[in-house]
Amino acid sequence: MKYGYYPGCTLHQQAEEFDVTTRESARALGIELEELDSWQCCGAVFPLATDAVINLAAPFRALAAAYEAGVELVTVCAGCLNVLRRTNNLVQNDDETRDKLVDFVEEDYAGEGRVHHLLELLRDEVGFESVSERTKRDLNGLRIAPYYGCLLLRPPDEMEFDDAEDPQILENMLAGIGAHPVSYPLRMDCCGAYLPIGELEERRNRAAVAVMRSASAAGAEAIVTSCPLCAHNLEQCAQDVPGAEMLPVLYFSQVLAYALGLDADSCGLEPDGLHAGVCEKIGIGEVK
Amino acid sequence: MKLTRHGLHSEMIEKIERISGEEISKCYQCGKCSAGCPVAQEMGTLPNRVVRHLQLGQDERAFEAEAVWFCTSCHTCESRCPKGFDLSRVMEALRAVLLRRGEAPVRPEDLPAELFAAAPQQAIVSCYRKYVS
Repeated sequence: MKYGYYPGCTLHQQAEEFDVTTRESARALGIELEELDSWQCCGAVFPLATDAVINLAAPFRALAAAYEAGVELVTVCAGCLNVLRRTNNLVQNDDETRDKLVDFVEEDYAGEGRVHHLLELLRDEVGFESVSERTKRDLNGLRIAPYYGCLLLRPPDEMEFDDAEDPQILENMLAGIGAHPVSYPLRMDCCGAYLPIGELEERRNRAAVAVMRSASAAGAEAIVTSCPLCAHNLEQCAQDVPGAEMLPVLYFSQVLAYALGLDADSCGLEPDGLHAGVCEKIGIGEVK
Repeated sequence: MKLTRHGLHSEMIEKIERISGEEISKCYQCGKCSAGCPVAQEMGTLPNRVVRHLQLGQDERAFEAEAVWFCTSCHTCESRCPKGFDLSRVMEALRAVLLRRGEAPVRPEDLPAELFAAAPQQAIVSCYRKYVS
């Protein structure tokens, strides 16, 4: 089935490896992703003030464009998923706001479309068993801490991504590609989001440091996430806590694409840099 | 302090209710939001206390709380609230009022240039949305 791909601004800039490995993973699994002809930044955060209607215009336009093109949307950025899915829910359920958006954007759209995360397609359409059968490399039991954070899961009644208090989708994907998912207490806690960017005093990034420590204490060798903001905050821990044990932070699609046969370089894996330990464990280069 | 019935409502609290879409009196102060809040230790005033200030008509004390800026809209409070009260929206309404008055905690010109090279676009856009305008 063909889907409309919404990469989001970060995947076109800072997180290119997330974009490349998403496209390659989908291709290897027979999911056709075609980037929307025209899209702009979703706004990164869903507007919670009921009168901030203008902030809904960009995600509304993306949703309407996908519907017009006759495709359902796919994204992997947790921020984009959260904003697009919640905007779609709002358009379906709030006639007054929908009318304002229809008038402003000049697109007749009433929430008929759907927004998917690639992981949901793997679980619900492809099936993790089938993903497993198509792997070309073994991750050699690499101990990976799946990090959900907030945006994929909450609010639960709107996101309907997985069980909001005990999600398993990342664990099941990781187990399917030969990794060993590690359980740890803070896998659904907030990383601090934009707090460290605003540099609100010396308390910046404490939330991310707590997540890093939690994963490390559970014996993980790497963390995977689906959120560029989470990845950034976790990677910044090294600066904030000198000497703290740092785990490499990867996008879920990087390990997925690698298991599906994409070369390490294209996956953004750095055997001589940040990912030396990971690459040694999984034995870079060998395809079965 | 002395509490009187007519002191419990103000135009500002009605405005917070309009912007947030939440009814402040719905909260019965069980404290589950504060118990699960991942940044509660940074907040000074716990999230449920911010709501309590609003319930008591003390809107200025709610606005002064650092909690307003430390809330990351992670929705952990809302997803566990036994009353279905969306505290994330109340925090957003408080931020919205302050930002619309021009009382923003972050000025873009003060952000370091290296941040724009290193931080993901998602981080910069969300920071602007929450702290600038």
